[in-house]
Amino acid sequence: MSKQKSVSQGIDTTVVWLYAILVSIGILCIFMVEYRNDGHWLQSFFNGKTSYSKQLIYAGVCAALATFILLTDSKLFTAFANLFYAFGILLMLSTFALGKNINGSKSWIPLFGGFNLQPVEICKIFTALALAKFLSRQETDFSKLKSQIIAGIITLLPAVISIIQHEAGMALVYFCFFLVMFREGLPPTILIIGFSFVALIISTLLIEPNTLAIILTVSVIVTIYLLRKQFKRSRGLLTLIIFIWAACVGIQRFAVPFIFNNVLECYQSARVYSAFGKDYDCSQNKRSAKKSDKTPKKPDDYNVRQSKIAIGSGGLLGRGFLKGTQTRGKYVPAQSTDFVFTSLGEAFGFVGCLVFLLIYLFFLFRVIQIAERQRSTFSRVYAYSVVSIILFHIAFNICMTIGLFPSPGVTLPLISYGGSSMVSFTILIFILLRLDADRQMVLR
Amino acid sequence: MSVFNQSRSRVIQIIISAVFLIITLQLINLQLFSSKYKLAAENNAIYRKIIYPDRGIIFDRSRKPLLENIISYDLVVTPSEAKTTDTLALCALLNIDTAEYKKRMREAIFKNTSVKPSVFEPLLSTEMFARLSENMYKFPGFVLSERSVRNYPYNTAAQLLGYIAEVDTSFLRKHKDEGYEMGDYAGMNGLERTYEKVLMGQRGIKRFIRDNKSRIQGPYENGLFDTVAIAGRNLFTSIDVDVQQLAEQLLQNKIGSAVAINPRTGGIIAMVSSPTYNPNVLTGNARRKNWGRMVMDTAKPMYNRAIKGQYPPGSTFKPLGALVALDEGLITPSYGVGCGGGYAGCGSVYVRCEHKNPGHAANLRLALANSCNSYFSDVFRKAIDNRKYGNATKGYLKWKEYMNSFGLGRRLDVDLPSEDKASIPDTARYNKDFGGKGRWNSCSILTLGIGQDRMTATPLQLANLMCIIANKGYYYTPHFVDSIEREDTEDKEMLKKYRTKHIVTHISDSAYKAVHDGMHDVTVYGTASAINIPGVEYCAKTGTAQNPHGKNHSLFVAFAPKNNPRIAVAVVVENGGYGSVAAGPIAGFIMEKYLNDTISSAGLPEVERVTKINLIPAAIKQWYYRKDSIRAAKLAEEEASAKLETATEANNKANTEVQLELNTKPVGSNDTAIKLKIKSPLLLPEEQRKKAKGGKP
Repeated sequence: MSKQKSVSQGIDTTVVWLYAILVSIGILCIFMVEYRNDGHWLQSFFNGKTSYSKQLIYAGVCAALATFILLTDSKLFTAFANLFYAFGILLMLSTFALGKNINGSKSWIPLFGGFNLQPVEICKIFTALALAKFLSRQETDFSKLKSQIIAGIITLLPAVISIIQHEAGMALVYFCFFLVMFREGLPPTILIIGFSFVALIISTLLIEPNTLAIILTVSVIVTIYLLRKQFKRSRGLLTLIIFIWAACVGIQRFAVPFIFNNVLECYQSARVYSAFGKDYDCSQNKRSAKKSDKTPKKPDDYNVRQSKIAIGSGGLLGRGFLKGTQTRGKYVPAQSTDFVFTSLGEAFGFVGCLVFLLIYLFFLFRVIQIAERQRSTFSRVYAYSVVSIILFHIAFNICMTIGLFPSPGVTLPLISYGGSSMVSFTILIFILLRLDADRQMVLR
Repeated sequence: MSVFNQSRSRVIQIIISAVFLIITLQLINLQLFSSKYKLAAENNAIYRKIIYPDRGIIFDRSRKPLLENIISYDLVVTPSEAKTTDTLALCALLNIDTAEYKKRMREAIFKNTSVKPSVFEPLLSTEMFARLSENMYKFPGFVLSERSVRNYPYNTAAQLLGYIAEVDTSFLRKHKDEGYEMGDYAGMNGLERTYEKVLMGQRGIKRFIRDNKSRIQGPYENGLFDTVAIAGRNLFTSIDVDVQQLAEQLLQNKIGSAVAINPRTGGIIAMVSSPTYNPNVLTGNARRKNWGRMVMDTAKPMYNRAIKGQYPPGSTFKPLGALVALDEGLITPSYGVGCGGGYAGCGSVYVRCEHKNPGHAANLRLALANSCNSYFSDVFRKAIDNRKYGNATKGYLKWKEYMNSFGLGRRLDVDLPSEDKASIPDTARYNKDFGGKGRWNSCSILTLGIGQDRMTATPLQLANLMCIIANKGYYYTPHFVDSIEREDTEDKEMLKKYRTKHIVTHISDSAYKAVHDGMHDVTVYGTASAINIPGVEYCAKTGTAQNPHGKNHSLFVAFAPKNNPRIAVAVVVENGGYGSVAAGPIAGFIMEKYLNDTISSAGLPEVERVTKINLIPAAIKQWYYRKDSIRAAKLAEEEASAKLETATEANNKANTEVQLELNTKPVGSNDTAIKLKIKSPLLLPEEQRKKAKGGKP
């Protein structure tokens, strides 16, 4: 009896409800994608052959997993955080040997019964735990550069591995931990520099190189003119400004074209360009040219175009449940996984999307609230990691479907079809709930 | 520690909100302000299938179908599903080899992708259909799909009915807003073209949802927006299929035309332009071949001479010349001229007359019966030099106005496309001919009075002219379609012009009686006296139009019976000589068939004889002969080569060495050939064949 009580005690029911709602919406969306008008939909819900019935099974597995996590002790996670992390890295590295090639990336490990595990998904949890463990150590002083660098290495090591595995989207997600570190005292300049860098790259893509160089130069000259009196006091400021100017122009003129032409594959460059409504000329791409002698053909943005059509055709109120032609005609590729948002957008329109986004927003804010009520740094850092991971997933995924961001192959948390993603988010959230239940404890 | 950075929690919340705001803004942009996506989605997913209604049927005056629809079958294949098909058995059934099968499959995939059905063999013969349908289970991926095809049970009236054909790009450009699409069939000529809108009915549209590979998923919105196909409406024409067939038969082996009109209604009973063709050759799978052959034919079987052929009317014009003068009050029926074998009133221009005996033109009736050139030259001059109008030019203009009101020199507006207006020349034309205004007078254009000079008319115009005379001064615009099934206001509007009476002259009945009597006399003792319709008195006028290119054209116009005319006929036979020889009997039989419903037993051998008369000009005969001989030569060559191949097979073995030698050398070089000849006494099969060809006459 007392044990029963201790399981449910202190569990944040709001989050559990939101979790359940989101999983249900996910199954509904997958149902809309897979639905066939043959009168057997109810049967096929339970026969385990269609995606939505499989997702239902995953949900059941996740429920069991969640109960199991809630039954464990919070101390387990602090104790094993580093071990988990090491295991996760090992798992990711093992894909090079055991990996199965799915959709061009060798990042899956085949398991029993035809199921596949993507270690990079699970590794996010371990990274979050490891980061929490590191930051909550008593000897860690996060204001020191050394600690900041160690934290950076912890978070970016899995990212580097997944870049090697051609999972660029997943690698980007790992940058979300900088948001956590920011909360824990990372100087905001790093964040600002990061944002400026992204802004610079985007403007490089959007604006003619010479025009951008002129704009940059003019703005620097104006700044120097405005700050001319300050220079008498500090010589360094002028040098800094000129250095920044040189760096910006250098990036814009040489680094960005170099990255697109020499580092990225043709299709990746084209995706990035198309996200900003530009055409990428593949003949400039050295990597693709090296690979094959024939001229690299221009990949079209079919996925994103169809995805935008699906969402755009929804209008204000949507085309109705199971009435979306884009969905029923299977025009959007990977619609039950990466592009699952399109079925929602088409069927329920702007209003549906807005409600859906508000559920997510409410969820994130709720988790922040939970984070801020923790006594132990470990739990807080972990909670912020949950927020950041989910936020990045949402942002990348939805921005991809609405054509704001190149398609990196990031799933929509708890909605997209797939056991790996579902299980990892369930673990992520329920560890948080377990930790939150013990918020009075100080965990190290 | 946590208190230290508490404010950053707010910053993170703001960042989250900003991300969600950006997403929301883009959603607003996509879902609320971009209408193109909805359209794009519909273009993607909605497949509009056009349901073709049955085309309307065209009936003759006794409701016999001149054309009808029959179901024909196409063999249709969906390449992606046909992988397990018994290819050999199918090829054996269709009499094709596997290479051809593969070629057609490739074409089908190329045209329509491998998941969509495309036609493998169109328009199967009934025998083929029977054989295939028994064996269809062996051919997965193949289906027999039915389609409606035109059929002409009477094999007649090809040029009138026209044909339907798949629309091409130029047609689509011309008929942009009429809802045609690539692959549709539309009437391209004849009544099929004129009444296209009535015949085609209303196409229905079914909307289906299709997937990314264009496979049909099911009806769109459960068929809420579907429209039902409404069958085309039938046309009831005034054509008499028996008369039409007889006329076609009589005009066989001749170039010419016959038109028969019911003068009371303007309904065309028969219209023939010879040579013609069997309309059934333009349906079915030999269509393209036959089409090519007919287009190349110098005798132009697809050219409707009845509305496009321009012939000088010759003497058949004379009644009209009299009517003009009568209407103007220049002569009375009792007016006569003394003709001594020609008209000398103009001095320099002398018009010869066939008759010399005095009194043969003592009045209008006699002049018409004897077809006196002098009389009508005189009457024509009277009309042109009419005091009322001052000078010859003005007189001529008035005369031309008369001609136009009688339907000459203008389009009658028959319900067939591309009618010609033939020619009543303009004064400008004569000004040019004679070098200036006022430099010509009635004498310069004197032969107009006897239907020559620059005047031409189409057979339809001539028949219409007969209607006016038969009706004593009015006509209905000649037309085929009497009524349309379920006529609506739009149809009534369209047919209104064929139901309006056009009054041309205000000549008294007694004056008309003189013309009728004169034309009746033609059939009694005049030029048409040899042509009789048992039990019917009729009026006629023969004509022999001078043809600068060869033998005179034979013309014959008539109406019958004399009292209460029910049929007016005009027949033109090119190079037929005298009007009564070639054209006359044809017109006679047409009237007899129409009025008596049958040809009398005495007339039957005559029908046979006329049918057999061959008046195709030598040049065209020559052309046919040459074409036939080319075909015959080709055939003979094929046969010869087949024979040679078997014969030379034995030789070939002995010759292999020589052939090998030839193969190693550059092919086609003269040098080698000569050398080879010297080297080897044996002829190569190739050369033998050449010799065989050369030796043939």
